[in-house]
Amino acid sequence: MVASVLGVPSHAVTVDCRRMGGAFGGKETQANLFACLAAVVAKRTGRAAKLRPDRDDDMLITGKRHDFVVDYQVGFDGAGRICGTAMTFAARCGFSADLSGPVTDRALFHADNCYYYEAALLASLPCRTNTVSNTAFRGFGGPQGMLAGERVIEEIAFALGRDPLDVRKLNFYGTAERNITPYHQTIEDNVGLALVEQLEAQSDYRARRAAIREANRTSPIIKRGIALTPVKFGISFTATFYNQAGALVHVYTDGSIHLNHGGTEMGQGLYVKVAQVVAEEFQVDLARVRITATTTGKVPNTSATAASSGSDLNGMAALAAARTIKHRLIDFAAEHWGVPRDQVVFLPGRVRVGNQEIPFPELIRAAYMARISLSSTGYYRTPDIHWDRAAGRGRPFYYYAFGAAVSEVAIDTLTGESKVLRVDILHDVGRSLNPAIDRGQIEGGFVQGMGWLTSEELWWDEAGRLKTHAPSTYKIPACSDRPAIFNVELFEGAPNREATIYRSKAVGEPPLMLAISVLHALSDAIASVADYRLCPRLDPPATPEKILTTIERLRGLVDGQAAEAAE
Amino acid sequence: MAKVSMTVNGQNVTRDVEPRTLLVEFLRQHLDLTGTHVGCDTSQCGACVVHLDGRSVKACTMLAVQCEGAKVMTIEGLAQNGELHPMQAAFREHHGLQCGFCTPGMIMSAIDLVQHNPSPSEDEIRHWLEGNLCRCTGYHNIVKAIKAGAASMGG
Repeated sequence: MVASVLGVPSHAVTVDCRRMGGAFGGKETQANLFACLAAVVAKRTGRAAKLRPDRDDDMLITGKRHDFVVDYQVGFDGAGRICGTAMTFAARCGFSADLSGPVTDRALFHADNCYYYEAALLASLPCRTNTVSNTAFRGFGGPQGMLAGERVIEEIAFALGRDPLDVRKLNFYGTAERNITPYHQTIEDNVGLALVEQLEAQSDYRARRAAIREANRTSPIIKRGIALTPVKFGISFTATFYNQAGALVHVYTDGSIHLNHGGTEMGQGLYVKVAQVVAEEFQVDLARVRITATTTGKVPNTSATAASSGSDLNGMAALAAARTIKHRLIDFAAEHWGVPRDQVVFLPGRVRVGNQEIPFPELIRAAYMARISLSSTGYYRTPDIHWDRAAGRGRPFYYYAFGAAVSEVAIDTLTGESKVLRVDILHDVGRSLNPAIDRGQIEGGFVQGMGWLTSEELWWDEAGRLKTHAPSTYKIPACSDRPAIFNVELFEGAPNREATIYRSKAVGEPPLMLAISVLHALSDAIASVADYRLCPRLDPPATPEKILTTIERLRGLVDGQAAEAAE
Repeated sequence: MAKVSMTVNGQNVTRDVEPRTLLVEFLRQHLDLTGTHVGCDTSQCGACVVHLDGRSVKACTMLAVQCEGAKVMTIEGLAQNGELHPMQAAFREHHGLQCGFCTPGMIMSAIDLVQHNPSPSEDEIRHWLEGNLCRCTGYHNIVKAIKAGAASMGG
């Protein structure tokens, strides 16, 4: 973008990014405007230029997550099994296309969430509007699609008077049959149901649900609710060509290692994870590896660090670079010390060559003296993925990440205020590259999703001015909103079936959707005012106003039914 | 222009500034102390919290000239002889940050809390942090880090 605005070739522009303060999608394309403006100023004045918009301006100018209106129809049998479904997803895209095409596609890809649709007609309707150009935000349309799928489940549960969890389990994708998505990808790695059943047991869901219903009977004002919802999220860019990455590794003669790759760090822990991969490959301490700022001068043509794929792609590219050097070192050691290649083994901090052990820096020094190249690029492209958009068929996702959450909430039926009391999460990260980082993503993603579905409301006045343009009015979760009881566990014993980096799974976006359980728990609490007979149809964000109007609507319906019965 | 003098991280500084200069601009632009961040410009998010005569204040809401003669401490002034302050060490140990944008403000706020309440309860920490927003962590590890930081500060 900068090159095209300045009218220069790409080689004349170098982008450096040491790290970003939280991104979550808003910086995928929408930083272009500011970069280009600064570039023009710099070129015109011949001086360095920096542009920092005021937060209010930033929130007015840049796009947000797409809001959707979803129409849904579902046919189901007496047990609650879905026979067919039709959904239309209309999205507010704003004045320009930006990423709206792939965002609305991903909404369709996730309208099934974890459930088998025998027959499905899913359509997206990207709407051009006179508002800011909406853009990527953690989940990229997936969460919106999933919300619709979960609403359908809720409707069925209320229609049949069943626990929504039973309807969910009944419709879960199978492992050998009932395992083909509406886009014709076979789900080969379904751990979802096992995960849900484990969480159901360890969170004591059934007993707590019964106790809450009992307690609500005698609590006139405060009503509690509980819900368990699962997540299945497809991992890979749906634009197949994005699924590639490059890396650059240098080993210096003192045995220290310089690492660079095309992914950007924005707090997700990518730099640490990829450095861990290189340290593991050479069996050296992490401190020996220095990761340097992402720059187009070292690794060109990089894909966005997005789609949760940062570690998957860049970890593998760095691994490839490290392996190239390692193989050269093995060849060299075998020849230099006259042993077979398989007798050169990398051990922590040292290398065993035949019967002797050589410290890593000594091996490097010897290799350098023997004129062995100690620098390599690495490259990776995700295998086995393809997508024919026109036909609506393919295998767009390399694999799926699963998770589930149980949320318990309380609402005040006089004011509409709500509180999340307890959350239990079980999440699938395959064989974790770094459990502390992964747990951080899960906790943070959940709370961010909770904000999206409860308190974060965009509100325009009649003149089309956004009035929630600062943290004073656009309410993201604060510290006291965090659930008082917050149990987060990684799903054990399920390495990724695909050959990802050390069999780990992506963790950036999927946990956001665990917060759908909060919306459904709020819905469950609201349903109590109509004796659980009417589906509340609570639309997010479930602000106090929304909760209160939903309660009033249900009470009105109940009164109407009573009046009808009296006649 | 107005002349303003104060002590920042133990050093006396004097600068000529426009009277409208905010304390946070003074720190970041005039003194190059960019550890103090600006998140929202409107005193909501707490990324700019520093200590003024020992108490936490939001540096985006004060004029530099209001700090004439005061003692200001920023995140850069916490580490002593290359050793992290116990609260900084606790944030690092307990993974109390992701992108780190809110962290300087969180740490400065937390230290003020602990200086006045040596062993705060979880509820007290949550309440105290109402004025510090974090978009990444969900606050889970921030609360954990502050508890641990308070303990190692001798609370």
